Order: sequence, then structure tokens, then C-alpha cells
Amino acid sequence: MRSDATVEIMLPSQLGYEKVAMSTAASFAKLMGFSEDRIEDLKTALAEACINAIEHGNQLSDGYRVGVELSVEDDKLEVKVVDEGTGMICQPAAPDIDRKMHGEEDARGMGMFLIRALVDEAEWVPSSPTSKSYARLMIRLNKETP
Amino acid sequence: MQQQDTKVTVDEKAGKDGVPATVLRFRGDISSASQDAVLGTYNRLPAGPRGQLLLDFTHVDYINSSGIALVIQLLMRANKAGESVDLFGLTPHFQKVFTMVGITKYARILPDEAAATA
Repeated sequence: MRSDATVEIMLPSQLGYEKVAMSTAASFAKLMGFSEDRIEDLKTALAEACINAIEHGNQLSDGYRVGVELSVEDDKLEVKVVDEGTGMICQPAAPDIDRKMHGEEDARGMGMFLIRALVDEAEWVPSSPTSKSYARLMIRLNKETP
Repeated sequence: MQQQDTKVTVDEKAGKDGVPATVLRFRGDISSASQDAVLGTYNRLPAGPRGQLLLDFTHVDYINSSGIALVIQLLMRANKAGESVDLFGLTPHFQKVFTMVGITKYARILPDEAAATA
């Protein structure tokens, strides 16, 4: 694969379309030589980023689309998920299963935790006068051990 | 495109040590659209003590965090009812994800049906 290869797709702001991004990213990562388990990590992280963009960034609005940009640099695959929202102001804490089981914490709200846990780098960049809000995920061919 | 439906069937069979087991067999996707399939099916189970409750994910293609949240809510209800729950048929990736979010503290994850009923 070319070292400057880039793929861009645009998704409607409707739940379910995150699977189109997952399939595209899986094909891209396979071409790069990622292992099956790393591809599964990428698919889940990207699905969660797209769901956040559809639900929170674009508020499920028919008029907005979610942009997904895949690019390669050396052994790294970077994914940007772009939406029309203002971006994440604060990021939720890691889920606490005991609090969830006792109804003290919403059972949902695990998406960002999973993204952080499954890829090598993740950041959320708020919108600015010159750019839209996006999540940036980066995954390496070979997972770095801490 | 809509989120795919979740199909679910309910089986009764002999569980571990011959104790009756109720098996919820899911098929398709488990997402925010799966509330009735996951929680509704559990709520509609006949009342009364159950020896073992099993959740079968063998034919589940896709699970997202909203779907995992529904599984947690089912575990909450089962926990309140004093039922033990075992999960089987998850891919290695989703075994890892379920472990990451702490589900293994409240349910066993077993590789397949034979292990879950042995």
C-alpha cells in the first residue's frame, strides 16, 4: 500500500451506518497487514467514534453527515471521525461496573472508554472557526506494550 | 439503512448438574435498537426460580456499547432476582471487551454451550 494512501467516506447521521465505516476500515487495515485481532479492535473503536458523532455531534440530524478519513503513515493507521458538533468539552470517567449494577451510574457511556482502551492513541478535538470537531484515533500494526 | 434487528429465541434445557437452564439465544446485532430483544425477553420469562440463565451470543454479528449496556441492565435485573447468569459464544474480541468493562464480576464468560452446561 502507498505510504500516502487516504480513503474518505461520508456517512448519513443515522445509527447503523457506522458498520459501513467498520467494513471500510477493516479492508484498509487488512491491506496494511494488520492482524485479525487488531482489526477487531479498530472496528469496535471506530464504531463507537461514529456512534458518538452521529448521536452527540450531529444529533441524529438528517442534514448532517459524518466524515471518516483513513490515512496511513509507516506502520500507523490514523482515522478521523468528523462531525458538525462543538466537540467534547469534558470526557466521561472510566465505567464503574459496581455503580452501574447498583443503578448509581448510567448503564451506557462506555464508548469513549472502549476507544481509549482499544487503540494506541485517541483524542477529541473541539470545533474552531477554521475546522470541524473530530475524534482522531491512531492504531499501530503492532501494539506497543506499556 | 436501519440498525439490524435482534432476533431472540428462548430454550429450556438441562444445565449444569442437571439443573434446569433457560437459554436466551440472540442472533443479529445487539445495539440500542435491541432493548425489547434483550430486556423485554428477560422480563417476559415466566416468573419463578431458575436454576441457570444462559445468554447465547454464538450468532451475534455485532455488539456496540449500547448493546453492552443492555446486557448490563439484564444482569442487574437477574442479580436483583438472585439469578446467576453465564454468557457463551462471544468471539475472543468481545470476550476481551466484556472483560474490560467489568462484566466478568457479575457473569461468567464461557467459550461455548457445552462448557456453560457442564
